[in-house]
Amino acid sequence: MIIASYIYIAVRVSIPVLLGITGAIFNEKAGNTNLGIEGMMYMGAFAGFYTAVATNSVILALIAACLFGAFGALIYAFATVTLRTNQVVAGLSLTIFGQGIARFLGNTLSGAKGESVRIPDAVTQKVNWKILGLKDIPFLGRALFGYDMIIYLSIVLVVIAYFYINKSKTGLNLRAVGENPAAADAAGINVSLYKYVHICIGGAFCGLAGAYIGVVYLTTWGNNMIAGKGWIAVALVIFASWNPLKAIYSSLLFGFTSLIALRFQDSPISPYLLEMLPYLLTVIILIITSVKMKKENQQPASCGVNYFREER
Amino acid sequence: MQCRILSCIAFSILNICDKGDSVNNVLFELRGITKLFGNVVANKNIDFSVREGEIHALLGENGSGKTTLMNILSGIYTPDSGTIIINGEEVTIKSPEDAIKLGIGMIHQHFKLVDVFSAKENIIMGQAGSSRRNQKELTKELEELSNRFGLNINLDKKIYQMSVSEKQTVEIMKVLFRKSKILILDEPTAVLTPQEIDKLFEILRELRADGCAIVLITHKLNEVMEISDRVTILRKGESVATVETKKTNPKELTELMVGHSVDLSIDRPVVKDKTKDVLKVENLTIYDEEGVKVIDGMSFTVDGGEILGVAGVAGSGQKELCEAIAGLHPVADGTIEFKGRNIVGLNPNEIINLGVSMSFIPEDRLGMGLVANMDMVDNVILKDYRRQKGLLLSRKPARKMALKMVEDLDIVTQGVQYPIRLLSGGNVQKVLLGREINSSPQLLITAYPVRGLDINSSYVIYDMLNEQKKKGVAVLYIGEDLNVLLELCDRIMVICGGRIMGMVDPKDVTIEDLGLMMTGHTYSQILAERGTGQ
Ligand SMILES: Nc1ncnc2c1ncn2[C@@H]1O[C@H](COP(=O)(O)OP(=O)(O)OP(=O)(O)O)[C@@H](O)[C@H]1O
Ligand SMILES: [Mg+2]
Repeated sequence: MIIASYIYIAVRVSIPVLLGITGAIFNEKAGNTNLGIEGMMYMGAFAGFYTAVATNSVILALIAACLFGAFGALIYAFATVTLRTNQVVAGLSLTIFGQGIARFLGNTLSGAKGESVRIPDAVTQKVNWKILGLKDIPFLGRALFGYDMIIYLSIVLVVIAYFYINKSKTGLNLRAVGENPAAADAAGINVSLYKYVHICIGGAFCGLAGAYIGVVYLTTWGNNMIAGKGWIAVALVIFASWNPLKAIYSSLLFGFTSLIALRFQDSPISPYLLEMLPYLLTVIILIITSVKMKKENQQPASCGVNYFREER
Repeated sequence: MQCRILSCIAFSILNICDKGDSVNNVLFELRGITKLFGNVVANKNIDFSVREGEIHALLGENGSGKTTLMNILSGIYTPDSGTIIINGEEVTIKSPEDAIKLGIGMIHQHFKLVDVFSAKENIIMGQAGSSRRNQKELTKELEELSNRFGLNINLDKKIYQMSVSEKQTVEIMKVLFRKSKILILDEPTAVLTPQEIDKLFEILRELRADGCAIVLITHKLNEVMEISDRVTILRKGESVATVETKKTNPKELTELMVGHSVDLSIDRPVVKDKTKDVLKVENLTIYDEEGVKVIDGMSFTVDGGEILGVAGVAGSGQKELCEAIAGLHPVADGTIEFKGRNIVGLNPNEIINLGVSMSFIPEDRLGMGLVANMDMVDNVILKDYRRQKGLLLSRKPARKMALKMVEDLDIVTQGVQYPIRLLSGGNVQKVLLGREINSSPQLLITAYPVRGLDINSSYVIYDMLNEQKKKGVAVLYIGEDLNVLLELCDRIMVICGGRIMGMVDPKDVTIEDLGLMMTGHTYSQILAERGTGQ
């Protein structure tokens, strides 16, 4: 039984990372290295939280989170695609901006005496709506069917993202843009449009990731809610080799290493060290596994370089 | 008038498929095109028109604006002024997408292909509306197309695994698949073997018969004479003339291009005191990455003060030979002696310091030892900085050298402080060569130095090589144009499949002999046959 609950916890921790990785993949497939993932997650966390508190509606909260995340992405897209500013700078600014605005607006949420705001129980109940009876199957029940509905929604979205990027016609064009925008352009693909659209889709995924953390996982407003999960997502893109399906097990890697910290909670090891552990382990595994990769599984070749048609 | 009628008749006899009566409407026309990059005038008030069923050659020196003009037609660049007229109607082309919709297809000087995609994915990407078509149908259509034009292509092969000519084939398939009416080919033949060029020309003739308007950019005048109907010549961004191919000749074309009369013969100065055996290669055997033997027991020498030419079909081991001498490729067996010292096993840097210099112009011409984003001065320093002492680099000597190169080689650039990538393809190449030659080596290895260079620059390069030879430098020249090899070199080594077929004196052999040797006949066989023939 204890194993089942470990799995349960690990999966819940990994979902926002999974969504973050997928968001980052959309960006990179469009040829943009976006370091603003963390920022967009913060934006989504705030929008989701605020809407949930204000409307008691899960659906509206999720939509608001996606839109606000996409809005952050839109600013980034405008900066890099239209104004052609440096992608690293634009991404870092987005992270700082997203974090700042979420904290600023989030603090207006809390009551006068600084008491913490919580997600209304009605919302939590709706989120945790379960398929009747299934979760009572011993062991498997909890590990497979015990989750909130947003987890299933996320996995479905990630699988759709995979098929969209790798199997569809538009996905082919998107990959062409990320690999060689000049070739895509010459083939008649509207490079700027593809970049804008997919950077924003990526932003929506990040927004959703933030909403999951805020509305489902933590349920109490705090200033440090995302706590670097966006950065982990940026790093794990490499481990997932730019493939949303592989992002599923990459994010689980993070989820399970987090368990270790949990497991040793009561030991004399400093809690700060323990909190650091999943991040550290993730990075180490990343380095070991990503040394050699097939050409097809590498970063899209134009990542980091803005495209200007008349430039050569 | 009579002359015109005659040529019309001649024309329709030549082109059986041409209907003869409606002699060739103008399919597209560029009027008064001007394009500036910063303060570089790339195109200046150019008028250019091509008819239906015509192959129109576009000639001009490196940097004269050929690529720019065609990029304007295909929507990559927007002109600063001028109009484009297609089928009698004025059109605006804002993007490649617009151009494609108007039936314009371009094969670019540097391939526009996605490396990690298969041939098929490259062909269908960006196509509107083909999403609903099923894969099988698509594959069938592509196969029919390649059969019809006799193209040999593996549709599922990834681009990065392809040779340059295969990539070229994919580019051709791309425009064929889109059924472009207007076809632009920017130096398609620079990297192809003679056989491949013949095949390409066959396709172009077929498309001409179908009524396409074809623009062919090339620096090879024999190709212009062979296949084009008319020629337009650009000089320094201006259109200087449009002439009918039948009424002109290579000499006239060259003069129009350069703006003054030129001498099209190559010198072969005699050097009296040669240094013996500056380079001595013995029993050299090399395997490539896949373990295939690419150089098979080669032995030869190069003296100081001579140019040894190497002739061979592309891929006969030229690249590996160059790389082995420069220390960039492992040697399986044999020795390479430079001035009596075995240099096998030394690292490239040590070999450079001994006085060996190599410049290899790869088939794709990009990524060839220059950093595109740096200016000329920095690129010169790149090769030179190890010789400088101290912590900080001195840019002065490099700057001087860069300026000298611009002057000597007629490099078209706004100034030595501009990034290399802004130069036209040919000019980039001159920078590379100039740098190698200027590092005053004792052994100069140069492979395909005139690939993609205009005639005038090619002759400048030949002069530079002769200059080096007179200084007593040993020159190993790997070339493509057999005529040039015959005129320029003191000796020619013909290789085939990594073996030496013959070491000949250019005065004793003909092009045909070289051709035979390149395909695997030894010189002694040829001599024997000649003996019995007489
Ligand atoms: N995108 C660009 N930015 C800046 N300058 C450019 C650009 N494209 C072309 N130029 C400049 O315009 C001039 C014409 O270049 P273009 O490439 O059209 O020459 P070309 O005739 O095709 O030469 P080549 O035979 O070497 O290919 C050159 O001086 C080049 O440096
Ligand atoms: Mg050109």
